[in-house]
Amino acid sequence: MPIHEKSLIRPENLKTHDDLKIDGVDVSGHWSTFIESRVVTDYNEQMEEEIASLPGGESIHRCWQCGSCTNSCTVNAIEPRFNPRYWIYLIRMGMEEELLRDKDIIWMCVSCNKCTYACPRDVVPEGVMKATAHWLELKGHTEKSPSMVFDEVFSEQVIERGKIEDAEVLRGFFKRTGQPLMQDWLLAIVRRVAAKLPVVWGIKMALANVFKPRTRRWRKSRAAIEEYIQEQNAHHRKALGLNGAAARAALDLRKGQRQDG
Amino acid sequence: MADKSKPKTYQEVGYYPGCALEGTGHAYNRSTKAVAGKLGLKLKEVSNWNCCGAMEVKNIDPKIQTYLSARVLSNAAHLDKVDVVMAPCNGCYHNLKKAEYDLTYDPESRAVVDRLSTKAGHAAFEPGQAKTIHALDWIKEAIGEDGLRERTRGKLAGLKVANYYGCMYTRPRHIFPEKDQGPGSESTSEPHFMDDLLAAAGAENVDFPLKTACCGGAHTLSDSDTSTKLVLNILQAAEACGAEVIATECPTCHTGLEMHQVRAEKRFGVKTTVKIMYFTQLLGLALGIKPRKLGVQENISDAMELILEKQLQS
Repeated sequence: MPIHEKSLIRPENLKTHDDLKIDGVDVSGHWSTFIESRVVTDYNEQMEEEIASLPGGESIHRCWQCGSCTNSCTVNAIEPRFNPRYWIYLIRMGMEEELLRDKDIIWMCVSCNKCTYACPRDVVPEGVMKATAHWLELKGHTEKSPSMVFDEVFSEQVIERGKIEDAEVLRGFFKRTGQPLMQDWLLAIVRRVAAKLPVVWGIKMALANVFKPRTRRWRKSRAAIEEYIQEQNAHHRKALGLNGAAARAALDLRKGQRQDG
Repeated sequence: MADKSKPKTYQEVGYYPGCALEGTGHAYNRSTKAVAGKLGLKLKEVSNWNCCGAMEVKNIDPKIQTYLSARVLSNAAHLDKVDVVMAPCNGCYHNLKKAEYDLTYDPESRAVVDRLSTKAGHAAFEPGQAKTIHALDWIKEAIGEDGLRERTRGKLAGLKVANYYGCMYTRPRHIFPEKDQGPGSESTSEPHFMDDLLAAAGAENVDFPLKTACCGGAHTLSDSDTSTKLVLNILQAAEACGAEVIATECPTCHTGLEMHQVRAEKRFGVKTTVKIMYFTQLLGLALGIKPRKLGVQENISDAMELILEKQLQS
């Protein structure tokens, strides 16, 4: 449903009574539907500052609600509930409950940056979407999104070896999200390509799995990156008022990976 | 010829293939090198390069991505002594450009990169020591349209092409200071460098409105249905515009279009027949290079069928 056709009154705010008397007058029937009055008192006054403290969220304060971001948004065109302009409004107003209604789709931003291109106020809505998705995960409102799992699988490989290997990222992602590797469409692709490629290619691909692509003399870069990420994680937890034990380790890289090499 | 009065630039450039071009985008790597060889341009691969951070690392921490990209530029400038780095992959190109921008204008990014570079034991990259260009800039500048016209003699005549540039080549605008600078420069709203080069080789560019639409590449596996819908939109639009082939300039877009073309057929039952080829494969054919040398057999869509039909094989 296009945004302009969306009803401002949600079904759960409508109350219908079959048998209702007010001050002794029977108002059942046609007059029995009421809109529940709604008073917002529980503003989360820290929310904007917390999201602004996460990477990507810095520019949120500049928004003046023109809606160019939502208007240009790739995801909005196929999922009309995906509305960066509205979410930025909610975050700045501190309307956490309202924001949480959409918590399961905020991660869907595809980083095409059409919003950033369109914004007249130099906000980076793409960054704000990522920061908001992180915030939701860190605060425990949502599970890690598939996108975040993919980013982690990918980044762990980069940090470990300096380079990635496509097939390993693919396998790692399917494994960690509990999906079968043999998806019908992937098989169809493999069959189609395998029919055309020379045998040498199959051998090359198998070898890439044994001798993984890596950057030489990477150990010190890796150590420097890991140290920086840990430092940033601690910084973000503090900014979000999370103590170490209770915090969900959304930005934490897997421990097992860090020990080898 | 207009080109001859100009001093020759980009005859030898630093070459940053990136991870994708050693994996799924292998055909792009192969065809880029083949075209360079045919045109007599030298590519000097950046020594001991690393991943630029792609679209993923920035979501863990954007400054790590800046560091990764800065290390690549640092190696090019300090180890290979080149002042121009050519990256054919849109993701690499975008990240290297972004690193250049951030290191110029954001003192915090500069401080983090300096600190990490020192700890890692290599020279920190300073903006200006090397600049990043795309494969399109490279051919456009080093050979030019007149040069291509002369060498290809309209080889691609009659081939209807939709030029697809994707997101990372033009957005966000501010990291591409050389674009939108008037005549001769690339446009971020209506990019045309690929159109120009292919037109010079004789191709007929169709009027394609989705040049900079998004293929959903960032979520190609993590939100496949969304990506399939976005790709299908691009494929169907190209077909509606009369294109026989979509020319790509990014391994993520290219693989995304090819994979989701199959997925759309399998999952949504929508079949599209437009072929997908790297612009370097098309230029290579125009220059008389054999399809096999351009990695055409690696394409998922049956590009060979089109090549035979149009007699593009030399």
